Amino acid sequence: MTVRTPATSRRAFLKGGAVLGAMLGGGVVPGFIRRALAAIEDDMGDTLGRSPDGVPAGARRKVLAFLFLRGALDGLEAVAPYGESRLAELRPDLALPAPGGERKSDTGPGALLDLGASGFGLHPSLEPLLPLWREGTLAVVHAVGLSDATRSHFDAQDFLELGTPGLKSTRDGWMARAAAQAAGGRSRLDAIAVAPRVPRSFRGDPSALAFSSVDQLRIRPVAGMPGGPRGRALARQTFQALYENAADPLVAASAKEAFAAADFLEHKLAELGHGGGEAGYPDSPVGKSLRLLAALIRSDVGLRIAFAEVGGWDTHAQQQGTLSRHLADLGKALAAFRADLGNSIEEVTLVAATEFGRTVRQNGSAGTDHGHGSVAFVVGGRVAGGKVHGRWPGLDDDQLFEGRDLAVTTDLRSVLAAAAAVQLGATDVSRLFPGYTGIVLPGLVGV
Amino acid sequence: MRPAIVTATCLAVACAHGARNDVTPPLLEREQNEHLLSRATFGARPQDRERLARIGVAAFLDEQLHPERIEDGALEAQLAKFPVLERSTADLAQDMADERGMRRDLVTQLAQAKVMRAVASERQLQEVMADFWFNHFNVFAGKMNEAALLPAYEREIRERALGRFGDLLAATAHSPAMLIYLDNWRSSAPLPPRARATAARRKRGLNENYARELLELHTLGVDGGYTQADVIEVARCFTGWTVAEEKTDPRFVFRPGMHDPGVKRVLGQEIAAGGQGDGEAVLDLLAHHPSTARFVSRKLVKKFVSDDAPEALVQRAAETFLRTDGDIRSVLRTLFESPEFWSRRALRAKVRSPLELVAGSVRALGARVDDPAALARAVARMGEPLFAAQAPTGYPDDAAAWLSAGALLARIDFAVALSRGQVEGVAVDLDPVAARAVALSLGSPEAQRR
Repeated sequence: MTVRTPATSRRAFLKGGAVLGAMLGGGVVPGFIRRALAAIEDDMGDTLGRSPDGVPAGARRKVLAFLFLRGALDGLEAVAPYGESRLAELRPDLALPAPGGERKSDTGPGALLDLGASGFGLHPSLEPLLPLWREGTLAVVHAVGLSDATRSHFDAQDFLELGTPGLKSTRDGWMARAAAQAAGGRSRLDAIAVAPRVPRSFRGDPSALAFSSVDQLRIRPVAGMPGGPRGRALARQTFQALYENAADPLVAASAKEAFAAADFLEHKLAELGHGGGEAGYPDSPVGKSLRLLAALIRSDVGLRIAFAEVGGWDTHAQQQGTLSRHLADLGKALAAFRADLGNSIEEVTLVAATEFGRTVRQNGSAGTDHGHGSVAFVVGGRVAGGKVHGRWPGLDDDQLFEGRDLAVTTDLRSVLAAAAAVQLGATDVSRLFPGYTGIVLPGLVGV
Repeated sequence: MRPAIVTATCLAVACAHGARNDVTPPLLEREQNEHLLSRATFGARPQDRERLARIGVAAFLDEQLHPERIEDGALEAQLAKFPVLERSTADLAQDMADERGMRRDLVTQLAQAKVMRAVASERQLQEVMADFWFNHFNVFAGKMNEAALLPAYEREIRERALGRFGDLLAATAHSPAMLIYLDNWRSSAPLPPRARATAARRKRGLNENYARELLELHTLGVDGGYTQADVIEVARCFTGWTVAEEKTDPRFVFRPGMHDPGVKRVLGQEIAAGGQGDGEAVLDLLAHHPSTARFVSRKLVKKFVSDDAPEALVQRAAETFLRTDGDIRSVLRTLFESPEFWSRRALRAKVRSPLELVAGSVRALGARVDDPAALARAVARMGEPLFAAQAPTGYPDDAAAWLSAGALLARIDFAVALSRGQVEGVAVDLDPVAARAVALSLGSPEAQRR
């Protein structure tokens, strides 16, 4: 674009320049702002025909989604091994009655739900997931976790996201490496985190996007611009030009993806009106996140690998009530997600996992402290559902990890690798999880 | 001209630690002033620049390091709009017990007051540090009646923000806000195994939550040299540190009946002070531990200098920490008088947090804030809802954390909204051309950093 400075705008600029001057401490108005101001003057009144080069609509893409349950979910409550007599013994206040059993109190959750899987029952608050279990779109992996023994949330979360337990210096996240391996190469908007911040899982992928709502992507028209979508597009273009030449690599990289996405998504998702209204999403953070995720999948924006997260699992005290509430929320959100996707569920695999589990023994406050093994949920059309995967380690003293926690018999990386292989064609496990020499969990996700 | 005291200190330090092989030209005076204001305040107002230029860096720092000497009456008058700040913890807790929806009201008021202070307090460095320490000792307003405890908790932190680290640590350890947030108030010695398995017995036992985060996040750092056994021993030391009348008049109390009287070993050291003294001894041990000095110093260097904390400066700050019994003011002086702080590498090295961006933009315009509600909402929209960080880590402090696509566009949108006078409660009235200039400036790539 040629930069003109018509007389009118030059005159007008002096006023703006005075304000700026005061702000910048009497310094000169930087050239980039001057040029951008001039460009606005030029563009004003231009019709905006510039259509963003969207992702070509084509065959349905397979999508891998990871839902991070931050805070250490108590897998022994979510999917309870009621067949273990030790459970009721070590958790006198927490263990729920076996399926069909009488509820323990009027206020607490009722009995476990029958999964038809010997010895395991589903937490009653996860009832919305039963239809998924029965239709075979939900699988459980039990005694799953990291190979590292840390009980620090923050180390464990990093280890999981980097995909290298015990190693914090890894430069990129496992989802960034998965995206890089995606069959058919990269395309715009293929890696999205429905989150306020880019998660470590995507670290190292400059094109991974993070936003928590579509509303967050709107820039309103700058003063003097027309209102509505046209003004917003004009504002976007103005700032896009400003950021294109940013010397700051981090800011420039984020901006490049942000503007491209904003343009495209505003149109795409406006058509959809977000959708999912009838699916029954809870009005909660995870409900909103999964709703947006489903909209992104259904509108086929190009998504291949997605991240979402939900916290609140760190139940150190009086955990029964808190956990029931959070599980109910999660169950409703996942069930709505599945309903919302309709037939698209065939192309989706979502893995919901946590950084570690919680002590087998309840603590002094009817809660549980940081433990080791936990549970993961896998939702999708190609999932071998209705089944508890993994090898059960048992809860006897000599079977517990460090004498207190559920042991890990399935490395979480074997679950993620199985999903990444089928959904993305990311079959190079040593590249996906450097240093990992274990298996890719067989029979979990079908081709 | 370069402020004499700073130059002298820089030279002394540079000599003492070997001249750095830094060929980049030193900062110009104007850059120095901008740099200092960008770190010691939430952003420069036009009058701050004038004042700093007039009194110089040394006097400015002296002033800001002694907030008690700074008159802040105008802010106090504005804070009168937030009654929660004045009311007692007991009153607020009672309200929360009686009335649904009180939590939201409490947190909203607190968030608005925090934004107001960031924008309008003359004690800027104290506010920057109060924000830093609150985040360091983070608690979450969504737990139980935590919201009622926050005004007192925040006040205790603010009062000690430039004092001794040990005092700050002790204040948080004794606060009902921390005791409830990290569950220590429920932690007790288990009854001996022979006792009957009654419901009462089950309510007894350790809760490791506070002990672990005390070591990992408040003091030593995750690599600070403790084990799972230390976590359990520390938890034993703090048994009996609990909260009395948690629903109606929450306050710290030590209950000997909950305390584990046995001998403990923490970090190889025997703790046998007995009773409440066990916990106090642990706090004392941790507050003076070299790992704590390094962990806290590194976090401060990251906050004030750059995400990529220069190791030599961390080391010197940690030495100051240990030498001065954890005097935060002295550690800050070490930072502000270091060549690393005044190096070109540190200039604009930090990405502004949402609170810094919002407060800084308003300050840059010198705009009057009548009602900070919309500003607090903007901070939340950019990804930093105040008092709502659920995990004990608080919010991150590195550049990448705040520059997601959504957050960046929300930041730009805020600049446009502010320029157009569309942020409710903030008096901005610019003609369209000036508004455009302001939007582009506050929404520019350069404005994302400080």
